[in-house]
Amino acid sequence: MAFEGITLALSKGRIFEDTLPLLAAAGIAPIDDPEKSRKLIIDTNRPDVRLLIVRASDTPTYVQYGAADLGIAGKDVLIEHGGAGLYQPVDLQIAKCRMCVAVREGFDYAAAVQPGARIRVATKYIQMARDHFAQKGVHVDLIKLYGSMELAPLVGLADAIVDLVSSGGTLRANHLVEVEEIMAISSRLIVNQASLKMKHAILQPVIDAFAGAVK
Amino acid sequence: MPSPHWALPDHIEDALPLEAARLEAMRRRLLDEFRLHGYQLVMPPLIEYVESLLSGTGKEMGEHTFRMADPFTGRMLGLRADITPQVTRIDAHLLNRQGVARLCYAASVVRTTPRSLLASRHPMQLGAEIYGHAGIEADIEVIRLLARTLDVAGVRASRIDLGHIGLFRALAQMAGLSGEQERELFAVLQAKDVPTLKSLVDGLPAEAAKGLLALPSLYGGAEVLVRAASVLPKSAQIVDAISQLQAIADALPDLPLSFDLADLRGYDYHSGLVFAAFCASSPAAVAFGGRYDEVGRAFGRARPATGFSVNDLRDLIGVKPATALAGAILAPVLADAALESAITDLRASGEIVMRELPGHTGCWREAGCDRQLVLQGGRWTVAPLQGE
Repeated sequence: MAFEGITLALSKGRIFEDTLPLLAAAGIAPIDDPEKSRKLIIDTNRPDVRLLIVRASDTPTYVQYGAADLGIAGKDVLIEHGGAGLYQPVDLQIAKCRMCVAVREGFDYAAAVQPGARIRVATKYIQMARDHFAQKGVHVDLIKLYGSMELAPLVGLADAIVDLVSSGGTLRANHLVEVEEIMAISSRLIVNQASLKMKHAILQPVIDAFAGAVK
Repeated sequence: MPSPHWALPDHIEDALPLEAARLEAMRRRLLDEFRLHGYQLVMPPLIEYVESLLSGTGKEMGEHTFRMADPFTGRMLGLRADITPQVTRIDAHLLNRQGVARLCYAASVVRTTPRSLLASRHPMQLGAEIYGHAGIEADIEVIRLLARTLDVAGVRASRIDLGHIGLFRALAQMAGLSGEQERELFAVLQAKDVPTLKSLVDGLPAEAAKGLLALPSLYGGAEVLVRAASVLPKSAQIVDAISQLQAIADALPDLPLSFDLADLRGYDYHSGLVFAAFCASSPAAVAFGGRYDEVGRAFGRARPATGFSVNDLRDLIGVKPATALAGAILAPVLADAALESAITDLRASGEIVMRELPGHTGCWREAGCDRQLVLQGGRWTVAPLQGE
């Protein structure tokens, strides 16, 4: 084994920024700034703690495999991943936004989602979209997209999109309206199951510090 | 592009000579160990009626079981995804012993889904079970045997984590949960998903809610049992479960035990104590075990039962440094009585002797030879491999 300490996986950008105060509460300060450095493994002031900079949707995979002991992942990412083999003990209340259904201005959404109807939805969040429309009793044809979802209703690729919304600015700029909130999203602390057992003594204080620092 | 003919399905792999030799050596070594502890080997079939495979283990294993129709009878057959129900069937129906039966097994199982990210879908499962004794003496014995198994395999820094299904059962009963609520809470506790748990226990009777909320943080060393005794409601079932765990901890002070009272794996068929073994080299548990007293009922006889199984023997050979295969001795292809007798003697002493086949000079080291039989002074003698 190369590294005997603990490894935390997280994505750069908003999750990283919002995590800094939580890390500080656990007495951990990154030595490099991932926005400036190209390093993917970031050392901290503690020799037994290091950070992995990963793509947001990959965080659960790194933790599930044990390549990282801990991770910080949005609830959206965890639902799509399925969460198998992970503990998710703390809602960190960071990187908050909401998962929504949005349509083109003037589109009659209520008519499109009557029970028994069929609707075409473009999204990156296949699992959540499928569950949501199944609960409403609506057949759904899903189109998986990787970005710029807002285009799909404009060019007739889909009737609606399921996407993360924080300010709603992108929707407005593209003449889309939010018609339904599926769920509120925030980031969770996730833990590898074997790590929690094998590295309990070193992990638990970090988990407790994170939980204690949640606003 | 069509899949090339040499390709295997995802999570299905071969064992090549070095790995196969190590797997087989480990299988023999561990089965010998079980035999010395009084466990008798059984070999149930790879395939049987799916309802036999799934009785007792319920929906949980159903999702992981390959099924096909039997062309002879039209009945549904399943490839076993777990050998334990088969061994339980053997104990309940075929052996029909009145007293204790100790049984063990080591064979391949097949799963529709891998157990974890890098796991195989045809792991080699190995395990030992005790039927017919309800007391914790049997649980203590199987935990000790599991520890011995990890020891023999050379597992570094292992940990055996204990839990008890009775705690959640009692709390669920106290809270008057519906089947659906119970399933939902079960999933949330398995993930130690405290935020969702908080929303689910909202509105449940206060004492049960407090107990359910306490479960996810009840993990760690033996001090967990003390905390559990003070924060969980003092119903007879709960007090009994905690004292069972305490008695096991007291009986096994030399083992690396820890506790996780929210571990509900196998909730469908386990009836009390559950445990899982972890080691530093594996991102998921390498062995599971526990008590399953009711599973035999489907086969006509509910018997107290406890045991463990290693999920995949490959996880255990992975932890010892690889050693090269023993080198073989190359013997020339000659009709010679003295040569024949030299070969027979060498094989009797445990040496590998490989017969040369004509036309492959230069390829015998690659085939595994490091020495050869040569005629020296009229005697066949073992010498270092030359000309390779």
